[in-house]
Amino acid sequence: MGYVPVKGGTRAIEASTQRLKYERLKDEEIVEIKTILSSMRGMIDQVMSEASLYSPELAALAIKQATGSMEEAVFLMRAHRSTLPRQYYSQTVEAETMFVERRISASFKDIPGGQLLGATYDYTHRLLDFDLLEEQPNSVQSWLAEYKKQFKNVETAQELVYFPKVVDYLRQEGLFETHEKNNAVPNDVTKKSLQFPSSRSARLQILTRGQTGAVTSLGYASLRGYGQVHPTVGEVRVGRIPIYLEYPNAVEQDSDDEFYIGEIRVTEVESFVPVKVKNDNNEDELDFEIGYGACYGQNETKAIAMSILDQCLEHTDVDFPTHDEEFVLLHIDSVESTGFISHLKMPHYVTFQSKLDSIRQVKKGVQPIES
Amino acid sequence: MKANTHFAFFDEGSKKEIRRATLKAVAIPGYQVPFASREMPIARGWGTGGLQLTLSLIGKQDVLKVIDQGADESVNAVSIKKLVQKTTGIKVTEQTEKADLIQSRHRIPEVPLTKDQILVLQVPMPEPLRAVEAREYMTKRMHSEDDYSGVWLMLFEQIMKYGKTATAADHPVYVNGRYVMAPSPIPRFDNPKMHQSEALILLGAGREKKIYAVPPHTDVASLAFEDYPFQKESFEGIHCHLCGAEGVFMDELVDQETGKTTHQCNDTSFCMEQLNKQQKAEVASVYG
Repeated sequence: MGYVPVKGGTRAIEASTQRLKYERLKDEEIVEIKTILSSMRGMIDQVMSEASLYSPELAALAIKQATGSMEEAVFLMRAHRSTLPRQYYSQTVEAETMFVERRISASFKDIPGGQLLGATYDYTHRLLDFDLLEEQPNSVQSWLAEYKKQFKNVETAQELVYFPKVVDYLRQEGLFETHEKNNAVPNDVTKKSLQFPSSRSARLQILTRGQTGAVTSLGYASLRGYGQVHPTVGEVRVGRIPIYLEYPNAVEQDSDDEFYIGEIRVTEVESFVPVKVKNDNNEDELDFEIGYGACYGQNETKAIAMSILDQCLEHTDVDFPTHDEEFVLLHIDSVESTGFISHLKMPHYVTFQSKLDSIRQVKKGVQPIES
Repeated sequence: MKANTHFAFFDEGSKKEIRRATLKAVAIPGYQVPFASREMPIARGWGTGGLQLTLSLIGKQDVLKVIDQGADESVNAVSIKKLVQKTTGIKVTEQTEKADLIQSRHRIPEVPLTKDQILVLQVPMPEPLRAVEAREYMTKRMHSEDDYSGVWLMLFEQIMKYGKTATAADHPVYVNGRYVMAPSPIPRFDNPKMHQSEALILLGAGREKKIYAVPPHTDVASLAFEDYPFQKESFEGIHCHLCGAEGVFMDELVDQETGKTTHQCNDTSFCMEQLNKQQKAEVASVYG
């Protein structure tokens, strides 16, 4: 009798896990967590964003353990997240309090506060830099010393400057409607599963933790033709935002009593989207609406794509899949999509046997259909 | 920053939330109760719904059995057992009668379950109407309005096309005369085992974030027409080449040397038990 693959599972699994560890260690090279932390910023940002867990250290550990596999690293972080009790919710974050590192607008050349390029790949030529093959510590040090020299004579401003939102300028002109603040308590999608029709707070949470590739692809599809949103990027900003907690058991809320628990680095996007609306005389009028995107770390492509999808899902009457909230929101999660695709590798002996039986029975009893 | 995981992996708040959904599911047989569904250390689609139920139910005294497509030693069953044991230290067994809690993928054991046992089934697609309607918002409405014409029509169309219903595993069932339910992809062979079951049957879909239940002594009827009655997979004239059992669900095996098809009990612990019984009887007859 031949080998029946369902037996002997315990030993086979053990051997496979050992082999996996061997593959990670066989060259006897150990990558330090601090090396990942300081040199793999883009990857850490993406893992934190898709895992919806803000911790660069844990992200670096996940990347090390997952040998750089993005879906595995995100998976590890999400599973860890399940073991953590949820004690508090932070106070609402005002994005204007961001300590801005980078901020650009594609809508206006001259925005109040000015454009600040910060660090970006946007204007680099994507040529492999072969010098990096043999980068040496002393050359790095001398480059850093040279780089810092130019800031010697720069004066530090006495006061911290906060950048106003580009959209505020347009609101003043009456081009954007000023909406009343919606202070309803947001749905927490990790505590209560997504229900349809979804609330905007739930939509934004699902979008921001979506897989970067999936969010980008669907945003692109909408832009290219399978959707009706053609935005102009009003503002992209990257920077750090402080997070506060309310004083526990406080009877009266006083912002002076709030606890500062740290800061998160985020990308935030506001896209301007022209839409047709009916005015008081029932005539078509052009108006602007905002698509909103935000995610942990610096990931501008994802945040912009998110802003497109946010706007798409505000208009669900449009007959494109990118405007269908179930289509978009139920298929962009990394852990869910990679999990279900990979489950196809599991044995399906019983279900397949059942299918076989069904097909055999049908074939046995085929009756010619008169046409 | 090292951390030890909590008993049964979850924090207590998460367990309570799953138990609340479970109680609701038991109260409304066959109704899919949404729950938050935490991410697990095993992948979505690999039994995370069942695993969450198991972890929320298990106590230190409990004995657990895990089966995957009938086999106790299948890779994923082993992996789930290992995880539960690692986080709880509870005992596991392969013998159906000895288990308090049985987590299973796509099979109900051949040995009848008792009132002291809970069967947890892993569910990939909890929505029996999904083939008829893609949108969750709509299927939820159809359930609430008792509108099951779509799924009846699906069976009717199969009869028109193939001369008989052509469902494979996951043949839909009516629970307590009210909700149409996906029994998880158990073979049609196992559907009747759900009817008036002694044991509580819980079904968990992790990725789709649903929990539902068939409480003990509940009517479960497979959807069928009077003139086209429900049919189980046929294993007529087939017996297990190891233990000789008949009338159980069989795996089909092809002998690599002879090219002949043979059959073997799909429920590996049942097969093992039959073999042990035979051996005992043999020993008794020789030395008795």
